[in-house]
Amino acid sequence: MTSILTNLFDGVAYGMLLFVLACGLAVTLGLMNFVNLAHGAFAMAGGYVCAVLVNQSGWPFFVALPLAFVASAAIGVVLERSLYRHLYARSHLDQVLFSVGLVFMSVAAVDYVMGSSRIFIKLPAVLEGQIDVFGVGVGRYRLMIIVICGLLTAGLQLVLARTRFGSRLRAAVDDPRAASGLGINVPQVFALTFAFGCGLAGLGGALSAEILGLDPYFPLKFMIYFLIVVTVGGSSSITGPFLASLLLGIADVAGKYYVPKMGPFVIYTLMIVILIWRPNGLFGRTATR
Amino acid sequence: MTAQADVGYQARQHGRWQWSEAAFWVLVLACVFLFPSRYLIMTEIVRLALFALSLDLILGYAGIVSLGHAAFFGVGAYCAGLLALHGIINEPVIALVVAGLAAMAVGFLTSFLVIRGADLTRLMVTLGIALLLEALAERFSNITGGTDGLQGIEMQPILGLFAFDMFGRTGLFYTLAVLFLLFLLARRVVHSPFGLSLRAIRNNPLRAAAIGIPVNRRLIAIYTLSAFYAGIAGALFTQTTALASLDVFAFERSADLMLMLVIGGTGYLYGGLIGAVVFKILQELFSTITPQYWQFWIGLVLVVMVLVGRARIHRWALFVPNLIIRQVAGRKAVVALTDNEAP
Repeated sequence: MTSILTNLFDGVAYGMLLFVLACGLAVTLGLMNFVNLAHGAFAMAGGYVCAVLVNQSGWPFFVALPLAFVASAAIGVVLERSLYRHLYARSHLDQVLFSVGLVFMSVAAVDYVMGSSRIFIKLPAVLEGQIDVFGVGVGRYRLMIIVICGLLTAGLQLVLARTRFGSRLRAAVDDPRAASGLGINVPQVFALTFAFGCGLAGLGGALSAEILGLDPYFPLKFMIYFLIVVTVGGSSSITGPFLASLLLGIADVAGKYYVPKMGPFVIYTLMIVILIWRPNGLFGRTATR
Repeated sequence: MTAQADVGYQARQHGRWQWSEAAFWVLVLACVFLFPSRYLIMTEIVRLALFALSLDLILGYAGIVSLGHAAFFGVGAYCAGLLALHGIINEPVIALVVAGLAAMAVGFLTSFLVIRGADLTRLMVTLGIALLLEALAERFSNITGGTDGLQGIEMQPILGLFAFDMFGRTGLFYTLAVLFLLFLLARRVVHSPFGLSLRAIRNNPLRAAAIGIPVNRRLIAIYTLSAFYAGIAGALFTQTTALASLDVFAFERSADLMLMLVIGGTGYLYGGLIGAVVFKILQELFSTITPQYWQFWIGLVLVVMVLVGRARIHRWALFVPNLIIRQVAGRKAVVALTDNEAP
């Protein structure tokens, strides 16, 4: 019984982490209809920034986390302004080629600068070990992840649903022409959103170094996971991707624990079945194109 | 002349063999005889060309963007490897066909998944299938040899006559012959009414359906055929290198393949062939500059190509050939742009 609960807990933590990593992609891919396979590269950038700050410069972990966010967001905004924005109107094939090219470049560049082995981030003592909650062992680090990611999710939902920026973004996504006719600066909204999504990915990358492992092949290894979250979750709100990432996290952890021999098999089968059953995602609305 | 006859006339004109095509194949054959010390790399190029040709069939003619074409390559490769390793079918040509058919079967079964949904779902499903097969191959490592791959494959002589030699001479001629035959078949297919209907589907599936083309059945057919081609390419890989390991399914293989095809241009069959040559040359060049990090430069090529625009690059590349042709054959004659890039 306790092992089930522990697994469930780990699965939730994993899922939450995936959500933070992938929710930026939910916006670019789901809402802006841009196939950005390079999303993992931003996550990796955040992870490496955090690792360098903590391990080499001796910064505290909790200071390095926001900086990982800022660094990835900065890279994101630069790339969006210089490269990505030219490609919004291109075919999906062009977008795929472009982002795959970026992934290859980031993998080789990080490999060159940081070496190809997996790196770890030194954690503060507070986050190590487990605490006991009603007889269920709960990892402190995972608990922190759940808290941070839960807060972020709630915050995102509020921003999207309640603030002026949120309504601008939704308007810009639904109909860019009408939105710009109403005086909304659509490119600016997109750039901000893109940067914010990259920042979140960077934060996720920093958090995930402990759980998923951080090496130069991170963008390739987890690309499929991010895509699953977005395509399975659909793009009508962030609730869809959120539920999808929880489902994915729990299924993956449970799959690895109970049927270790099947490996990632469970996930891929689940994804294909869901996509066949509902091509627009579990919680998606009918795609416009 | 009625409109219908006119369309038929145009299509037949397109389907005719042109001098430039004959020249292309003569050039290929000339290369084979001119560089006897480069057999191995040429074999690799020819193999890649066949693989790219198979992607061109679905991407260039039917407009299906696939991120997991390596799946069929892998099935073909493992199938040929297992057949040879366990001595089930010793004759390479028959084994080749069997491996192709196995990949074709997988292609047929998965095509039902692929035709559902739009671009994005297709990307995901094709990628998912390749990853699934990779996971399967890893899971059943007692059969596939896991990360070490199949070892100790020994190939019997082709047709019982031509033994594989260590210089790769037989391998090259064998691969080239297969490529040429399959190219002829592909050429016939894409210029047939079937191929024309595929182009209609690529350009506008809704309209194609409205004029009575059975869209889904056509897509299934071409996807299956393309899987056959990819399976043959995979089987050739195993037969000429006597290797098959997990990386036949790797995502990088599918991505490189896409790059190859895009370099050469989609939708006129020669794109994959030319792309394979250019890709291999680039790869060799980059790995002599930075052995470990050549992927960086490949990535850069992709990014630049997309940003500059594929059509524009092809126009630049054709500038000199067009200039020469105009001198010889008059002002109007030009090397055709690939047909989805023509204005």
